[in-house]
Amino acid sequence: MLRYAFLRILGAIPTLLLVIAIAFLMVHAAPGGPFDSERQLPPDIEENIERAYHLDESIPRQFIRYINGVVRGDLGPSYRYREFSVSEVIGSAIPVTMTIGLLAFLLALTVGISAGLVAGLRKNTVLDRMITAVAMIGISVPVFVFAPLMILVFAVTLKWLPASFAGGSGVDRLLLPVVALALPQIAYIARLTRASLIDVMNSDYVRTARAQGLGTASIVRYHALKPTMLPLVSYLGPAFAAVLTGSVVVEHVFGIPGVGRFLVTSAMNRDYTLVLGITIFYAAMVIVLNLVVDLFYAFLDPRIRSR
Amino acid sequence: MTISRLCKRDTARWTLRLLLLSFLLLNACGESGPQPELRSVLNRGTGDEPESLDMHKASSTGAGDVQRDIGEGLLGFTRSGELRAAAAESWEISDDGREYTFRLRPEARWSNGDPVTAEDFVFSFQRLVDPATAALYVKSVDSIENAGEIMAGKLLPAALGVSAVGEHELHIRLKHPVPYFLSLLTHPSTFPVHPGSVEQHGDAHARPGNHVSNGAYRLQDWQLGSHIELVRNEHYWNNAETAIDRVIHFVSPEPMSELNRYLAGELHVTHTIPPESFRQLKEERSDEVRTSASLAVYYYGFNMTIPKFAENRRLREALSMAIDRETIANDVMGRGERPAYGWVPDGTANYIARRFPYADLSKTDRQRKAKQIFQEAGYGEDNPLTIELRYNTSNIHQRIAASVQAMWKDVLGVETKLINEEFQVMLANIREKKVTEVFRLNWSGDYNDAHTFLSTLESDNPSNLTGYRSDEFDSLMDRAAQSDPDHRQILMAEAEGVLLRDHPVIPLYFYVNKSMVSRQVEGWGDNVLNYHYSQHLSLTTED
Repeated sequence: MLRYAFLRILGAIPTLLLVIAIAFLMVHAAPGGPFDSERQLPPDIEENIERAYHLDESIPRQFIRYINGVVRGDLGPSYRYREFSVSEVIGSAIPVTMTIGLLAFLLALTVGISAGLVAGLRKNTVLDRMITAVAMIGISVPVFVFAPLMILVFAVTLKWLPASFAGGSGVDRLLLPVVALALPQIAYIARLTRASLIDVMNSDYVRTARAQGLGTASIVRYHALKPTMLPLVSYLGPAFAAVLTGSVVVEHVFGIPGVGRFLVTSAMNRDYTLVLGITIFYAAMVIVLNLVVDLFYAFLDPRIRSR
Repeated sequence: MTISRLCKRDTARWTLRLLLLSFLLLNACGESGPQPELRSVLNRGTGDEPESLDMHKASSTGAGDVQRDIGEGLLGFTRSGELRAAAAESWEISDDGREYTFRLRPEARWSNGDPVTAEDFVFSFQRLVDPATAALYVKSVDSIENAGEIMAGKLLPAALGVSAVGEHELHIRLKHPVPYFLSLLTHPSTFPVHPGSVEQHGDAHARPGNHVSNGAYRLQDWQLGSHIELVRNEHYWNNAETAIDRVIHFVSPEPMSELNRYLAGELHVTHTIPPESFRQLKEERSDEVRTSASLAVYYYGFNMTIPKFAENRRLREALSMAIDRETIANDVMGRGERPAYGWVPDGTANYIARRFPYADLSKTDRQRKAKQIFQEAGYGEDNPLTIELRYNTSNIHQRIAASVQAMWKDVLGVETKLINEEFQVMLANIREKKVTEVFRLNWSGDYNDAHTFLSTLESDNPSNLTGYRSDEFDSLMDRAAQSDPDHRQILMAEAEGVLLRDHPVIPLYFYVNKSMVSRQVEGWGDNVLNYHYSQHLSLTTED
């Protein structure tokens, strides 16, 4: 298993390089540059700035310079935030995004799985219909509608919670963003769990177990729970990535200084190095998450392990 | 075991784990919020995040707001926007208008207690023009002797026409008289940087922990994407008059989110008011809505390098005349914007702005005349016109463009194709001058003088994005630059007259500064430049 993990990580390096190359070409191909505004700079000044940031060099040269830096762990200076390096910007944003993402993910898992199991076991009852209906709403209402609505109710009208991340401290300021971020995932996970459980409960081995006289609780506990989780596990990787990248909107609405918000602003500002730095971060994360999911899958399903 | 018990047990275990993990994570990130319990803390929304707090590396308005709190130039502004003595206590101007002598306040101190000296200013001006600094905003100094040659790398920074006589006397020599030079010295790019810190930390001197400043506040903390925290500079010469102990500038790029934060009581001051909420706020909280005329114009520019517009002044005039500016300013915008019938906003200091001759016609007369000129330009039912109008992605620009499209269709029968582009893409297209026909942009004044508006349309000005070239206009501007103040105004007004006759641009409205200001805030003064120094404000305890 260790060897498998090692090979997978090794295989990820060319993928990452390819991602960097494509992203590098794309940001440089986008019209405009990091220092363009409606106040056009005098030519002398423009030259001074381009020289200072090596923007006067050819694209291949800039690329080699960049890759050289990345290999040494240097993502370069941010073109927009001139006092900060890209590593510092990302470094300050990762803990925030991770905290909110992880909390939202855990909330989505607990609530989603519980609701899904209840709905699956009480198939076609009023309870099931209610859960399914709420899940449908959770999937269909976009975050950019739901999040401001929560701010209006809980921050502006009731004044229970802060309207922004910076406006509060501790648990207060995390509550609304975490719920907003978790909501669509709760809905997905609940539906997935429900469908999977119903499927498993209709399978031959469950019927055999029932024929042997086992109660529903024992069947669920010892025979149905693990296989029910299988489709869920393969969804967890993408779900976690979605929670982290999906935080773009939530971070924007609540003014959270996370990675997603910097990705959007840096793309708008043509902050080449910051866009690339965040792209590398996201790509590395997706690669790692997929690896973790595959390993977890092997752990859950003995048939995969033996292969 | 029944299912409900099973579910309960699982849920309980999960909840426990979740709580434990949350607790750990919260502890890890719960500390970073600003501490609001201090006795006098002002929370300001500051719009986009400053790109830098180095006086020589920033050019955005968001950075300027913070820089005016932590730094101080030779001159500053009062609450209502009049020039006042700041780091310099007095000054003299030579008869030919080229020599400035400033006497610095002997009691002025940096935030580390060092005295602020004339040498510090010399060091800072030289750093600003040094090509190695790669400063973004140099307009404030390019009239100083040798500045252009230094920035072009032909002379060394030491050749700049700024020198110190003793500790507290500073001389500045200009290439030619600049009547608004004193107001340029209120711009943060002319604020001094602390030489010792720059030598010790290089470009990192403006970071929290390294930053030494000479303003009423000093930099305490900067959480990227969240806020910048300033605390009182105990060494500031006017510290006794400063009421607020701590100022937190919150990054608030989204006007609607900013307003919510204000309504939730998290901000005392916002940097703008979203148009969709303005009317309601004006009705319900009229004493908190603060607006004032602004030195900025919203305009449509013609690409003057394509034959369609370059060779047809009548067409440009007809298109301008057919737009009902009152509808755009009052109905589409409706936050106190003023219809623009000229290029230089009313309220610009020492200047009587010109207006289009058709400004005072009634709407019907204007439309009739527009139709007539449109026909004279060679267009009409038998020769219809189609135009492309380019604007950058935004609700407001979209609404204005749609209104103009309808007006051109109704009055002239022109078919307008609206093209919506991301800002940088649009800018690149405008500069290329190939695909662009008519484009939307705005211009905000850098200093309170008509020159900041008129000079943008000079033939060789890099910010002239229309490609308009007029020898008549250029020569009037040149002559104005070399004249005494009274004559200069007349010549600039004449130049504006040429501009309004030629129609390289269609000014639509003059902006308005708008902010929500809490009832707790005292000392807020409305002014055209929208500068609000935190040291002029105080907070009352009543809500």
